[in-house]
Parts: sequence; C-alpha cells; structure tokens
Amino acid sequence: MSDKKKTKTVDFDTTYAPKKTNPAVKVIITIILIIWTVINLFPIYFMFTFSLKSNKEIFGTNIAGLPQEWLWSNYSRAMGTGNMGLYFLNSIIVTGASIIISLVAAMMATYAITRIKWRGSKLTNAFFMLGLTIPIQASIVPVYVVLSRLHWLNKYSTLIVPYSAFALSMAILICTGFMVEIPFDLDEAARIDGCGLWRTFFEIIIPLMKPAYATIGIYSFLQCWNEFMFANVFISDSAHRTMPVGIQQLSGSYTTDWGPIGAALVIATFPTLLIYVILCRRIQESFIAGAVKG
Amino acid sequence: MAEQVRVKNAPSAIKRKRDLILGINIFLFLLPALFLFISILIAPIIVSVYRSFQDWNGMSEGVFVGLKNYRKLFSNSVTLNFVVALKNSLILAFFSVFVQLPMSLGLALILGRKPKGERFYLTVFFMPVLISTVVIGQLWLKIYNPDYGLLNSFLRMINLETWTHIWVSDPKTALGSIIVPTIWQYVGYHMLLMYAGVKGVSPDLREAAMLDGATPGQVDWYVVIPIIKPIIRVSVIFAVTGSLKAYDLVYILTGGGPQKLTEVPSTLLQEQLFLANKYGMGSAISVMLIVLCFAFSLLITAVFREKDN
Repeated sequence: MSDKKKTKTVDFDTTYAPKKTNPAVKVIITIILIIWTVINLFPIYFMFTFSLKSNKEIFGTNIAGLPQEWLWSNYSRAMGTGNMGLYFLNSIIVTGASIIISLVAAMMATYAITRIKWRGSKLTNAFFMLGLTIPIQASIVPVYVVLSRLHWLNKYSTLIVPYSAFALSMAILICTGFMVEIPFDLDEAARIDGCGLWRTFFEIIIPLMKPAYATIGIYSFLQCWNEFMFANVFISDSAHRTMPVGIQQLSGSYTTDWGPIGAALVIATFPTLLIYVILCRRIQESFIAGAVKG
Repeated sequence: MAEQVRVKNAPSAIKRKRDLILGINIFLFLLPALFLFISILIAPIIVSVYRSFQDWNGMSEGVFVGLKNYRKLFSNSVTLNFVVALKNSLILAFFSVFVQLPMSLGLALILGRKPKGERFYLTVFFMPVLISTVVIGQLWLKIYNPDYGLLNSFLRMINLETWTHIWVSDPKTALGSIIVPTIWQYVGYHMLLMYAGVKGVSPDLREAAMLDGATPGQVDWYVVIPIIKPIIRVSVIFAVTGSLKAYDLVYILTGGGPQKLTEVPSTLLQEQLFLANKYGMGSAISVMLIVLCFAFSLLITAVFREKDN
C-alpha cells in the first residue's frame, strides 16, 4: 500500500538511468517522440500561419508553408468587424470573476471542512466532491428555465454564477490538498493568543495558502475560458458573448474567408499559450494535483 | 441565589452556547460554497429528475407521464435517436480507452526513461489540452475541408486522390473525424497524469528489478504499471465519463449530422430544448447522463478492484 502513496508525490527531478539501453530501441523511441511532436505542433503551426495568409495562398499556392505576404489585416478584421476585441474582454470579465468567486467560496468551505473539528465535515466534503462526477449538462435545463423566467439571460452574471459553481468542486479538492499541509499547531497557537476562527482564517490561513492560488486559478481559468455549452445556450446577444461562441459565430459569417477566422483562433489561444510558456510546470502540477488527489 | 444557580449550570450552558456559535460560524464559512453548489448543481438535478417524468414545454404546467420519456428514449425514433447517440459516445469511449490511453501510457513510460529533451516533449505533448475545444474544432474543420483542407490536399499531393473524402459529412467518416481530434487533444492530458505516476515510482524499486536482470521493458511492465494502476483507473474514468459528456467537438465538427448519425446525448439534449421545446425529454436525457456517469465510474472502480484481488 505504501507504493500507492509513492505515486502521489510528484517529483519531476527524480532521476534514474537504465543501465543498458539497446541503441536500436533508443532510435525507435526518438523517432516516436519526434513524430508525436510534429503531430502535436503542426495543427498549431498551421493555425498561426493561415491566420496571416490571404485566401489565395491558403487555397492553392501555399497551403502549409510560411506566409509569403504577412497579412496582419486579418487580425484587424477579426478584432473590428469580427468583434473579437469585445469577446476577448467579455471572456476576461467572466473568467476573472468566476475565478475569484470560486476561489473565495472554496477557501472558506475548505477551512470549515479541514480545520474546524465537527461531525459531518467528511460528509460535507463528500457532498462537494459529487461535483467532480456530475456532468454540467445535468443542470442546464432547470437553470435555463429559471434564468429565462427571471429575465436573467444575456448578462455577465448569467455565466459567472454557473461557472463559479462548476469550478468549485475542483477548487475545494485542490485547496484541501494544500490546506492539510499547513501545521495544525498554528491554529492552536492562534487560539491561545485569542484569535477567533475568522481572524485565524484571514491572518494565518489566507497568507499561507498563496501557493495554492495559482494552481486553483489555472484550473478554473482553463475551465471558464474554454467553456462553450453554457455560453452558447445562455448568451444570445453579442454584447455579452464570450470568445468560444464568438469564434463559432465568426466562422459562420466568414465561411469563405479563412484568414480572419485563423486570426480569431490565435487571439483566443494566445493568452493560454502565453501563460503556459511562463507557468509551464505550475500548470502541469495543477492538473496532476486535480486528478491524483481525487 | 440567582448568582449561584447560574454558576451551577454554567459548564453545560456555556458549552451549549459555544457549540451554537461554532455551528453558526461553520455554516457561515460554508455558506457561499453551499449556495453556489446547491443552487446551480444539486437543486437543478432534483428538478430535472422531477421534470423528466413530465411532458413539459418549459412554459405551461407539466403533465405527469410516468416513464414515457425514458421509454421513448430507448425506442428508436427518427427525430430522437438516443440509442444511436449513446452508441456513438460509447464508441468514442472505446477509442479513448483502448487507443488513446495506451498511447498516453506509452509516451509516459518513454518519458519516464529520461530521454534527451524530456521536459520539451512533456511541454509540447500537453499543449493541445489547454487549447479551447472550439479552437480545436475550427482548426480541424479547416484540416478536413473537402476542397482546400490540409488532409485532402495532402492526399492529392501523394496521388491518393481516391482516398479523399468530404470527411465530416460523409456517413462513413463523420464519426471518425470526431474521434481523431478528440484523441489527439487529450493524449497529452492522460500522459501527464501517468508520467507523474511513473516519476513517483521509487528509483530503488527500479534499481532492484534491474539488478535482478530485468530489461527496461520488463521493469515498466512488471514494476511501474502495477504501481501506477490507481492513476490508470482515474484516467479510464475520466476518458469514459468525458466521452459520455462530449459536446463541443461534435457540435462544431458535424453538428450531429449527416442524417443525425453522429449525435451524442448532449447534442440531442440541446435540440430537445431549443428546437423542439421538449423540456421534459431534455430533463430525461440529463438524468440519463448523470446516471450513466456515476454507473460507469462505479463499474470501472469495481473492475480495477476485481483485478487487484
């Protein structure tokens, strides 16, 4: 059983060197890795290049090469007539608010579950963990009906509230992993010093949980930034449309003009890839934390 | 006198008061999360279960029809072919488990052997996971485009003109054209989880196996894979439930067509709501999805436990 435990600690630096590796095997391994790298990168490369090409190049003379003429006007068309600038802003508002709300709610709930002793804390945790298995489609019908009766469709909060709820279970799961690592003596010491639950929470737990925020934030960011189903169903006016739905709309109106669509795809993907380049390890660790601790 | 009485009862009274305050505080800490969770997930599901037994258009009062919606789901009808939709998501699940996961495992084991450029490969292989499915879908639509797409252009270039297809709208290739990008996108995800497991295997164990004369392949097979089994189980559960929930790529690539051959439960759900106003039926589909997700999670856990014994 102790082996099971070992799989849970993630250590990228553990090294081991096999004593004898057959050179032929080594070559085959390298070939496999290179082929899979190409298969992974090529579509992304294709996206970047066709976002800068004219139809003439894409449709005939230069399908897969670098653009002969760098057509930045595709981007201004995507931002201008394609409205991607607005959708980008909407996505940032919705995603940002959802991350903050789910993080605050998860921190508070996790504090009550892991650091206060009471009957039912385990049960409460299990209750929140239901959200990891429940498909979000399950709630779409009643939520839609209620929101439309309340005339609450087509607002930012129409998406922010469900997104926060969907991000919650994973946020609590990751939070728990981090919070149980904080020594319980600290709470004890705080209580002896006369700190109540809230002061302990604000002055001890919140500052010590800093490393967790990035992990949780990344997970929620990807979930909200890329969410399509709810955004597609709940938002019908363009003023509050988020990026994924915006792209879908754009591709409907620019069926024969690929350049601006490519530009829109790049605009939507660029922030994610930028964050990935900066926080590569963190992001990978947050995905591992989310799955392995579950 | 009064003073004395109070002192006598003090311990239990103070304790009770303290418990009450503690209880209120716990509740206050849980309140935001409970509010979100119950109002967006739990209550709607209960309402969905209730509505799934009704004929309801979302506006008027629903009429109770018992199991009629569920019976209709499993009787083949042209407008609502849930059986085909379910079959499609199970085919997707099959390919995820038996094609995608072995690829992920293979890559994780290879990277676990510390090849040159390990970090680089890990970073690249995980990249597609982060990209929005809408972007992936649009990108693959461009790849599949019958006239100008990369795939057909490539086939023409190498003189395999006869192999070209109208990929997303040919009944023979439509489902396949959904499965390929789905697998492509998430190989890296499962690989990362398994890689973390592989890296967690203690070097001593490998060393010991090597000293006993095991080849690297044997070490992977007899030492590493059994140890990372819990992670493989998680991956199988994610792959299967993910396939049941599939929506984005199907909606974008084929929209459920041609001739409704590539519908999945979630696209049917959306059609029932917004094209047909059949909220009762939509609720029934929702409930089926929840039941299936939980049933498969339990089933997979049971299968893995069985294997352990």
